[in-house]
Amino acid sequence: MNIHEYQARQILSDHGVPVPAGEVARTPDEAAAAAERLGGSVVVKAQVHAGGRGKAGGVKLAKTSDEAREKAGEILGMDIKGITVRAVLVAPTEDIASEAYVGIVMDRAKQADTIMVSAEGGVDIEEVAATMPDAIRKLAVDPRYGLLNHQAAGLGHFLYDDPKAARQVSSIIVKLYQAYRASGATLAEINPMIVTSDGEVKAIDAKMNIDDNALFRMPEIEAFRDVESENPAEVRAREAELTYIQLDGNVGCCVNGAGLAMATMDLVKYYGGDPANFLDIGGSSNPDKVVAALQLISEDPNVKSILFNIFGGITRCDDVANGIVEATSRIDLQVPITIRLTGTNEELGVKILADNGFEAMVDMDEAVKTAVERGQ
Amino acid sequence: MGIFIGENTKLVVQGITGRDGSFHAQQMMDYGTQVVAGVTPGKGGQTFSDAVPIFNTVADAVSEAGANTSVIYVPARFAADAIFEAADAGVSLIVCITEGVPVGDMLRVLPYVREKGARLIGPNCPGLIVPGCCKVGILPGQIVREGSVGVVSRSGTLTYEVIFQLTRAGIGQSACVGIGGDPLIGTNFVDCLAAFEEDPHTTAVAMLGEIGGTDEQTAADYVAKHMSKPVVGFIAGQTAPPGRRMGHAGAIISGSEGTAAEKMKAFEDHGIGVAKRPADIVDLILERS
Repeated sequence: MNIHEYQARQILSDHGVPVPAGEVARTPDEAAAAAERLGGSVVVKAQVHAGGRGKAGGVKLAKTSDEAREKAGEILGMDIKGITVRAVLVAPTEDIASEAYVGIVMDRAKQADTIMVSAEGGVDIEEVAATMPDAIRKLAVDPRYGLLNHQAAGLGHFLYDDPKAARQVSSIIVKLYQAYRASGATLAEINPMIVTSDGEVKAIDAKMNIDDNALFRMPEIEAFRDVESENPAEVRAREAELTYIQLDGNVGCCVNGAGLAMATMDLVKYYGGDPANFLDIGGSSNPDKVVAALQLISEDPNVKSILFNIFGGITRCDDVANGIVEATSRIDLQVPITIRLTGTNEELGVKILADNGFEAMVDMDEAVKTAVERGQ
Repeated sequence: MGIFIGENTKLVVQGITGRDGSFHAQQMMDYGTQVVAGVTPGKGGQTFSDAVPIFNTVADAVSEAGANTSVIYVPARFAADAIFEAADAGVSLIVCITEGVPVGDMLRVLPYVREKGARLIGPNCPGLIVPGCCKVGILPGQIVREGSVGVVSRSGTLTYEVIFQLTRAGIGQSACVGIGGDPLIGTNFVDCLAAFEEDPHTTAVAMLGEIGGTDEQTAADYVAKHMSKPVVGFIAGQTAPPGRRMGHAGAIISGSEGTAAEKMKAFEDHGIGVAKRPADIVDLILERS
């Protein structure tokens, strides 16, 4: 799960990382009032789950509260990579002497949380890694012992020659790691971390991604979920315990299993169509899930053809067949439906479908080809 | 015959009285797996299916029933502890079917399992099957056929699909292993490729990868350097958008890393036959073996 910058700032601040004051505003007037309280000269930043907001014009400076109102008015309602900006963070401008990068990411290959620091802050770290790999110092944290003090100190001295700044940043790295662990994060970044002209180290931006699988033990972080910024169909899918990702093609796909669902989308493309979505109905599919799935797909106006690809393992073909019959009796489908059904209780499933006027196929390629043709 | 499991596998089912655990314990027994014990804390002394003793702990299952392999069907919040317990009890192979285990839990589990000298397969995996011999996990027994192609995959139903297509074409399998769709897993492609290379019953390998991470690239390099047997591969997620988690926790393109295109290129560059669709696996296997 992505959380917003202002939420990540809150988590870091709760763990003792020095984060300047800041306020969230949802209207231009709120932004002006926040700027007033913060002393007038502020930065107004779009709070949106999309990268590249700076380039998109989602970050603006304002010297007065009136200007903050104006800039917030420009940013609120702006569309950044298909997402509407509904909130801005208003934070005081800082007197920046230098900028650095500090981040933690779960490194899959190393199977360890890896801390990365670089004196090249304020820019995309992937770009720094590609062009100046020596400018980044990496440290894989042994999960058995956690981050050791001397390791954090070493990273501090790599970043700053000034011992006072090095000490401050070491302490920030320790706190960042604690915040990361305590939140079930898979990524935490401070970019940039700044040193002010009077030598103070501060985190003026924060980004965190949270492991969805860890949310069950952290209701306070689950509460950060911003449902408004998500695709409404995807929110409903999550409530129905389906994994659904909307795309822009015309063949709606309903599949059991994530790998098979991806392979089905790929095959739709292979045969000249475009998948309208990723949809995994999961393992033990009760008919209700199938109904919910068909409902979601049929509400997508781009969908011209619907494809079921079910390989029964734990999933039973008769359950899916019952779900399809039930769903089509409730929903007035305007587009053709193609069904591939094989595996556990296949004969039963095929019979249920046949009794209700549906034909089922056994071969995946044949079914996908048919669904693509029907969508043209 | 087989890799990781075989005639000598003596299985303990952790979570045997749960809905999934009991169903699949029975399925495994019906397939011929020696299920010697079940574990559900607090239900020690009971019997499963009139044949399998239930213990309170894995340690008891090992000392009293001789279990050497464990399969885990417990809910995600208890899964890490179940793996710790199995490793502590001294089983040599732990197969964790459970989906949804927090990454932070797996970070602690993996070094522990390694220190204890055990192998973990999964989590979030369908387990493994040696056709005609035994199975551990949830792979459906009716779709496999005895033969000499090794199958290794990050997926569940996509694995069934490919096995089904191989079997329909008359191509049997030496063993099929689902390594799991999570970002942190106990056994990776390279571990399985090495085992298939060693296995005298395997003549070729089908590797089913997906977007996310770099395990396939590492595997491709391994194939070029260390394998004499032909390997063919497929990558799911060629049409997946970046930055979105495609069902599996590990199936996500992060930044520019983990795309299907880069994995397919790594396969191609290292002499692995690249299947554009699952059905091509069959043709590539026939061509190359």
